Amino acid sequence: MALVEIRDVYKSFQRDTQRIDVFTGLTIDMEAGSFTALMGPSGSGKSTLLNLIAGLDKPTSGVVRVAGAEVSAMSPGELAAWRARNIGFVFQSFNLLPVLTAYQNVELPLLLTHLSGKERVERVRIALDVVGLGDRGDHYPRQLSGGQEQRTAIARAIVADPTVILLDEPTGQLDAKSSQEVLTLLQRLNKEFNKTIVIVTHDAHAAERAKMTLHLEKGDLVEKRAAVSGAAR
Amino acid sequence: MKYWHLVTANLRRHKLRTALTILSVALALFLFASLRSVVTTLHTNSQFGGARRLVAMNKTGIVFILPVSYANKIKGLRGVRSVSWANWFGGKYGENARDFFPKFAIDPESYLGMYPEIKLPEDQKQAFLRERTAALVGKGIADKFGWKVDQNITIQGTIFPGDWTFTIRGIYEPSDPAIGDNVMFFHHEYFDERLGHAGIAGWFVVEINNADSAAAVAKEIDDQFQNSSAATKTGTEKEFQAGFATMLGNVSLLMGAIGTAVVFAILLITANAMMMSASERTGEVAVMKTIGFSNRTVFTLVLVEAGVIALAGAVIGLGVAKGFYPLIKFQGFGFLPGFNVTPLTMLWGLLLALGLMLASGLVPAMRAARLPIVQALRRVE
Amino acid sequence: MIPLVYNARSMMQRPVSTTFTAVGIALVVAVFIGMLALGQGLRAALARTGSDRNALVLRKGADSELASGIGRDAARVLAASPHVATGTDGRPLLSPEVYVLVPLPRPNNPTAVANVVVRGVSDQAWSVRSNIQLVAGNRPTSGRMEICVGRKLLGRFEHLDIGASLHFAGRDWTVVCHFSAAGSAFESEIWAENEQVMPLFRGEVFQSITFRLKDAGAFDDAKRALEADPQLGVDVHRESDFYAKQVGILGIMLSVLAFGVTGIMAVGAIFGAVNTMYAAVAARTPEIAVLLTVGFRPRQVLLSFLAECLLIATVGAVLGALLALPVNGIVTSTTNWTSFSEIAFSFRVTPLLLLLGIAFGVVMGVVGGFFPAWRASRLRVIQALR
Repeated sequence: MALVEIRDVYKSFQRDTQRIDVFTGLTIDMEAGSFTALMGPSGSGKSTLLNLIAGLDKPTSGVVRVAGAEVSAMSPGELAAWRARNIGFVFQSFNLLPVLTAYQNVELPLLLTHLSGKERVERVRIALDVVGLGDRGDHYPRQLSGGQEQRTAIARAIVADPTVILLDEPTGQLDAKSSQEVLTLLQRLNKEFNKTIVIVTHDAHAAERAKMTLHLEKGDLVEKRAAVSGAAR
Repeated sequence: MKYWHLVTANLRRHKLRTALTILSVALALFLFASLRSVVTTLHTNSQFGGARRLVAMNKTGIVFILPVSYANKIKGLRGVRSVSWANWFGGKYGENARDFFPKFAIDPESYLGMYPEIKLPEDQKQAFLRERTAALVGKGIADKFGWKVDQNITIQGTIFPGDWTFTIRGIYEPSDPAIGDNVMFFHHEYFDERLGHAGIAGWFVVEINNADSAAAVAKEIDDQFQNSSAATKTGTEKEFQAGFATMLGNVSLLMGAIGTAVVFAILLITANAMMMSASERTGEVAVMKTIGFSNRTVFTLVLVEAGVIALAGAVIGLGVAKGFYPLIKFQGFGFLPGFNVTPLTMLWGLLLALGLMLASGLVPAMRAARLPIVQALRRVE
Repeated sequence: MIPLVYNARSMMQRPVSTTFTAVGIALVVAVFIGMLALGQGLRAALARTGSDRNALVLRKGADSELASGIGRDAARVLAASPHVATGTDGRPLLSPEVYVLVPLPRPNNPTAVANVVVRGVSDQAWSVRSNIQLVAGNRPTSGRMEICVGRKLLGRFEHLDIGASLHFAGRDWTVVCHFSAAGSAFESEIWAENEQVMPLFRGEVFQSITFRLKDAGAFDDAKRALEADPQLGVDVHRESDFYAKQVGILGIMLSVLAFGVTGIMAVGAIFGAVNTMYAAVAARTPEIAVLLTVGFRPRQVLLSFLAECLLIATVGAVLGALLALPVNGIVTSTTNWTSFSEIAFSFRVTPLLLLLGIAFGVVMGVVGGFFPAWRASRLRVIQALR
């Protein structure tokens, strides 16, 4: 059984009087420990797919299942608790809380667990070390570079050890060097820690790092390709 | 409270705004405490009065006098322990209306005996009792005018013409604030003498043996003088004071109206600040929800933030009110002796702050809780 | 000049915040006007009581009618004084008056009493006080125990209808007329003939004598001449000054209350305006940067934001003035502590007060808007465009 199961999903939006169909019967599987890149032109539904997996949005019909739990059927209250345990989310514009230090930002998801203060300190340290920011914990987001901010956001996404890590254009606002750092980090997370990763991107270089690339166009899966080079690197 | 640092971090986001909002709340509660204390002080003072003291005055009105000779007749009545009498003495000291203070011509021995609330050192008391032209003054006015014991002061008569010079022999402090520490007492005997032994008293204070018999004794006094040249109206001291309180007019209504406007205005200001700070953070709330913060947690966080502002404002405003008025010895120009911010007023202030928190935090908190994540994120991204 | 349309649009983008700020200012202005109207009403009631053309005579040293006493001899001497004007009938326009307070029970609370002035007047009093007008009935007849009741007492005490009998000082008095006195303190008084009142209360003395000056400009001469007479032993006051001074401690208290309370409220409202304007500046940072880039001066930016805050404040202030208008004319009462009598008066919202209130609101706007506007004008373009 796949870790992420998208089964016959329909999704449509109402914009003014017009109905926009994003997905019409989409079915995808993603295995545990996979590293999947979602590609496609804007409006192809990549971000919507990410939101559906994260339980931020609901399909019009069909089933979204993650690690056996039917995300599409949960109530908002259940979803919040479920997300806290199972989803790490990284945004294009980092979205660190500006009033919190890097350390406090990373600690946020742990506040929703039953971990003790001491355990939280330990976990945050590890996460910051993994992303290479062990010495930047007391910096505020505005004191960090874009790459550092995004790595902090990744630390925040992994700190609670979620089932899946979802990234929405994580390199979209970064320079080439920072992008490479972030992508290398993701690969390491996938390989060394066996994290399941889904990344939305329209940067072909970024997609190359993934083990698998899915091309979406107008809500349909048009291409599914195992990126041999990415896996090999 | 592991979320506490999230609240403080948000409060520090715009330090100026947070400070201004807290100060607004503090100002509102300071005003609230002040206005309410005017009402409570008036009420407390109107309740003043020993249960065993009656006041007898001319039935025709407070400005009419009674013959001093009534004292002996009242003393002879059953249930009466002692009788004293006093006259309102107008008089001016200084030209300024602010310099006004009440002056009473009293029968000293019986009066001080009946009012143990008037406290002064025994030697001063004896000195005051001994000397016909001696005066006893409250600490409040003694401090105000820099008077010392054994100093002479001259009062310019208004109702009773001429210059009246007294020697201060005592300075008292009232044990019950309703007495006021701004009164000047002097000998009725001296007053009477200057008036050519007119034998007039403004009112009598009658101490009775048993508080339960107040109504009966009062009736007996009034019956006694029913057909005399001057009929009396006798009541408990409390009734007398209550009548005095109504003379100020409808103070509580006025204070209430102002207080409501103040609280409402500050509510708008606080709510405004809360809403602004919440709406700026729409994106951040969406991020927190994405991380897995539940609607309830987000709701609570915003409300607690409003609560901290309201509470901090309340503590400052109420604390300053509690400390400020005793410091400047505020007595409402003599109309509000014993002006005091009561614990109940403080409690009401805190409740008000709580209401303020709910009213100003509820809408932003609900908005934050109900925020649809996807739309909010789209605005951010 | 940066177009005001920008400001209007900026305000529309934060309708709740703008409205709250304006309403906050409105409330402060309303309270400010309302409280000043109270003081104004009290002052007006007392100021209008006296006339410039009249002189009020009290015993030397007395600061109120209550404290005064003047014998019949002195009254006769005064009536013959050349400083007293004569009426059309050839008699001096002079009224020796008996002034007493009687406790009348309040209808809503029978145990509480209010001290009401009963003024015994001569038949000339009605001519000496030119602002007195009968609104119903006929003047008391000489020699009868009849009273004329001031308009402001009506409705506040019982047994005051024409033909009714009012009991005080151990007698029954028949109400024969009601009078108005241009809103002055006289409207809170009961008038009767002086000879009827005198024996009942204090014996053979008047409390005051009021007369019409032959020459209003020669008040000082009259005062000097009469006060110099040792036989009389009187002080002479211009009637208007005498009543105006009675505002005394009460006036001070009302002013302290008005300025204290509204001052504190105003600080709160200014905080509100500062908050709103800082938010406006923050929201429009890129726009300001563009304006500065294309060559607008910092001063123009400052003025633009100041104008925006002024606009909000002015709307609020006008709203506050409108809110305060309905209190105009509401009758309230308090005690005149100089005379110990209850005095009823109306809130008076004058055009000047309205203007003052609006000006107050505008000042709050300027103060509240200045620092945010200043910050906007000091923005560094590079920083803003980042």
